[in-house]
Amino acid sequence: MLELQNISFSRDNKKILNNINLHIDSNKFIAITGPNGSGKSTLAKIVMGIYSPDSGKIIFNGKDITSLPIAERAKLGIGFAFQQPVTFKGLTVKDLISISAGENIKTCTACSYLSDVGLCAKEYINREINSKLSGGELKRIEIAMLEAKKSKLTLFDEPEAGIDLWSFNNLIHVFEKMHKEINGTIIVISHQEKILNISDEIIYLNNGEIKDIGSKDDILPQLLCQTKNCKFLNDESN
Amino acid sequence: MDKIEKDLLKTIADIESTPIGAYNIRANGEKIARNTTANIDIKTKEDKPGIDIIVKENTVNESIHIPVIITESGLKDLVYNDFYIGKNANVVIVAGCGIHNGSCNTSQHDGIHTFYLEEGSKVKYIEKHYGEGEGTGKRILNPQTIIHLKKGASLEMESVQIKGVDSTIRDTKAYLEDDTNLSISERIMTHGEQYAKTNFYVELNGKNSSSHVASRSVAKDNSVQEFFSDVNGNNKCFGHVECDAIIMDNSKVISTPQIVANNIESNLIHEAAIGKIAGDQLTKLMTLGLTEKEAEEQIISGFLNS
Repeated sequence: MLELQNISFSRDNKKILNNINLHIDSNKFIAITGPNGSGKSTLAKIVMGIYSPDSGKIIFNGKDITSLPIAERAKLGIGFAFQQPVTFKGLTVKDLISISAGENIKTCTACSYLSDVGLCAKEYINREINSKLSGGELKRIEIAMLEAKKSKLTLFDEPEAGIDLWSFNNLIHVFEKMHKEINGTIIVISHQEKILNISDEIIYLNNGEIKDIGSKDDILPQLLCQTKNCKFLNDESN
Repeated sequence: MDKIEKDLLKTIADIESTPIGAYNIRANGEKIARNTTANIDIKTKEDKPGIDIIVKENTVNESIHIPVIITESGLKDLVYNDFYIGKNANVVIVAGCGIHNGSCNTSQHDGIHTFYLEEGSKVKYIEKHYGEGEGTGKRILNPQTIIHLKKGASLEMESVQIKGVDSTIRDTKAYLEDDTNLSISERIMTHGEQYAKTNFYVELNGKNSSSHVASRSVAKDNSVQEFFSDVNGNNKCFGHVECDAIIMDNSKVISTPQIVANNIESNLIHEAAIGKIAGDQLTKLMTLGLTEKEAEEQIISGFLNS
């Protein structure tokens, strides 16, 4: 469904992505992990069209979308959940979920999306998406928006950051529901073992390059092993 | 009434047929329709153009519509409308002015509205200003609103300038006694070469008086907007002024909020923010499938409608 061919991207004379080649199939749950600054978010933004690669091609469902603007890609079935959700003055939760769904949705439909992310629809549906909402609330609304969008390919940039444990469990449930209902592919950028654990495939990125791709059984033990190098953790376990 | 007049009325006062309750419709400087109720009287002033609207004590759940429309190019209309709201009354007043200028002469309406709210009364006051027409003549609206609130009274004002007004100077003055509340929400959009100036002057004279002024505006093309507010705390009171503006193209917005604390117990806040539409807001909406232009329209409409 998604193919990245020789994608490279630099900013301020720094190579952020270096010759990325990747093939992702339909109906998969993929996790992208790697240290901070490894290029994970940049890669997701390149797929969405927020950044343009310096070189390389992006093929989505057989179509070259490298030069397509963001909105066109969204219409073709790509969705993106921001790591730091954007706030607005005046636009409400219902407005954004409606835009996302591509129609003026009924309150009861919005209610089911909001319930999935652990928010009471009655309390939130007419709230402005502004800075008066907490980071966790914004994050959950962002996820509800993507659930409403029903994209064939949805990218989540660190969706678990800033939300509590209770909603984290809900989050996993939302991913599973989306995966089942839409039969699409979900790509999650994450550091969380719990998310990596439910993935069909894990992509490990470091220094702008794909260092490893494989099933969780292949990749996860290696990733967890890396923590053994941490003196602090080793001391703690002894 | 012809179609242009009917459309103007619909736009500024949401009136499609005869309104319910009391009303006075003014077209091209003349009264064309009026209705009074058992509790609300409307009288033509004898010394100057305009009307007196008298609401009896304890009148509740009634509305008054006093729209003004101008379709005659070159007409300059000045009216003085005074509202006397009796004790403990609770009413909705819908004003507004629509100008259709199909010619090259300037059409102008200056409405001077003075509110006298007696003890415990409540008013929701809605005014919309709108201009249209294919003519090159200017469409000018200069509304003045003077508000006197007696003990325990409150007034909520919604002022909207939708579009098409070439020049406007909007003056609002308010004098608040004990336990009163004034809430003003202003929405303005200017485009082309338009000019809009807003002045808010509030005297918080009474103990536990409070005012909240929120202005949201969008300036497009080469338009210029000026926002002045002057809130004076003269007692134990609370005053909040908020001015938010989006600038686009070559427009210009000047915001000058002034708060004056004349009493140690006064609590006054002003906030002002001017800026273009944030890039990440556009990007977010584009990831949901809107083009840049659609995203821009959505952001502006949300900003002005809230």
